[in-house]
Amino acid sequence: MFIQVKNLSKVFKKNLAVDKINFHIEKNKTVGLLGPNGCGKTTSIGMMLGLIEPSEGEIIIDNKNLVSFKRDDILARINFCSPYIELPKKLTVKQNLEVYGRLYGVKNLSERILEISEDLDIKNFFKRKTGELSSGQKNRVSLAKSLINKPEILLLDEPTASLDPDIGDFVRSYIQEYRAKNQVTILLASHNMNEVERLCDSIIMMKKGKIIDRGTCNEIIKKHGRNNLEETFLKLARSRDELQ
Amino acid sequence: MNFSKIYALGLRHIYLISNSLPRIIDLIYWPTVQIFLWGFISKFFTLSSDYYSNTVGIILTAAILYDFLFRVSISFNMMFLEEIWSRNFTNLFIAPIRISEIITSLTLTAILRALIGLVPAAILAIPLFGVSVFKLGLPLLFLLLPLYLFGVTLGLLVTSGLLRFGPSFENIAWASLFFLAPLGCIYYPIEILPYSLQILAKGLPLVHIFEEMRNILLNNTVNYFDIIKSISISIVYFILGVIIFYSSYLGAKQRGTLINMGE
Repeated sequence: MFIQVKNLSKVFKKNLAVDKINFHIEKNKTVGLLGPNGCGKTTSIGMMLGLIEPSEGEIIIDNKNLVSFKRDDILARINFCSPYIELPKKLTVKQNLEVYGRLYGVKNLSERILEISEDLDIKNFFKRKTGELSSGQKNRVSLAKSLINKPEILLLDEPTASLDPDIGDFVRSYIQEYRAKNQVTILLASHNMNEVERLCDSIIMMKKGKIIDRGTCNEIIKKHGRNNLEETFLKLARSRDELQ
Repeated sequence: MNFSKIYALGLRHIYLISNSLPRIIDLIYWPTVQIFLWGFISKFFTLSSDYYSNTVGIILTAAILYDFLFRVSISFNMMFLEEIWSRNFTNLFIAPIRISEIITSLTLTAILRALIGLVPAAILAIPLFGVSVFKLGLPLLFLLLPLYLFGVTLGLLVTSGLLRFGPSFENIAWASLFFLAPLGCIYYPIEILPYSLQILAKGLPLVHIFEEMRNILLNNTVNYFDIIKSISISIVYFILGVIIFYSSYLGAKQRGTLINMGE
């Protein structure tokens, strides 16, 4: 298994945010992490990024324990994109990509910046300050930053939140295309069920810090007797009994 | 330690400065205002005080050195705050960089920012008031070194507070240096302080630095023992600052505050 999460828990003071979750992701697969707000998705991603210290459990990436192994060696192979974090607003798009390319030790950086900029169609506002861009433009720049190091593992937290349908579709298509061309394992946290159905090989459903169900989209929809993932999500989110 | 990454972190701040003329002006403005202010005050003392009649420039030199300390510390804090304000904190801390590389980058970039402001002001003081801080000669470097280390230490302590308490600690960043200024004996000899405060003051490197500065300017001699003492004390504080920073970082990881810093 490329990513293994074993008995992972996080307690903030007396609040159990993540409760002994176990899952694995095979190499080059895309897994959706679903669940209502406050179910522990962001905390789980934070632990996988090394930003939050687990209270218990292990995260093993390519046979290396994230906690005990040198963090920068593993982080060089990962990247993260979320509309809730931003790049320095006063730097131009090109300057931001240059800074992050250097931080990730990207070789032939100029070529990589050019390549990713053409792919994501951001070259025409290359010299504009990031803070002056529209949400859609910022989102694409943020995605470019998250792909600058050609990550083996990409963590996406609601990558198309607040985007109009056109740009949202562009981003989803790009992720699909990128995944087809590159060796990348993706963990996608999203509240957009169409997006999850379109992009994910399988899903993990969380609620109150626990994993309550997992499987392919079709398996889970069928298991709960619903027509689509949206209806299945609502059933699971609203149910009192936690299923596994 | 990867110097390419340290350079990249520094580059982010160099771009920030070079992209904005108001930022450059701001960096130069405050030291220049200080020079003007203290230039006129010391001129007044020169004309009306016997004590200062033979020591033109002591106050102005002290102001320049104190401003160097102030600039280093504020620059360190500012660069850290920029990451919080721009909500770039998470991006930075998930990049494959070590905490030692972040500290090194902030430390090196802080001196660059401090010098951008200070050098023009120090040069301006020569024609305006006939005072050159460069007259201290080589010992100037030995005075600047502990000031630099102590400025970085104060920056480390404030940024540790930001990691521990979040952006609400920001106001402390601005006020941090003013807390220490009265004990630092920047503009007056240590004997002015009450005895109990003198004991506290001797635990700070500032007293030894500014006492030695006055000694050089008044007596034209250099007491290297005092200089070594000030450097040694600064190193001890610096090591303490690094330990506190690491401890705050680990505490922030435990509390999960790194992921939503700035929100």
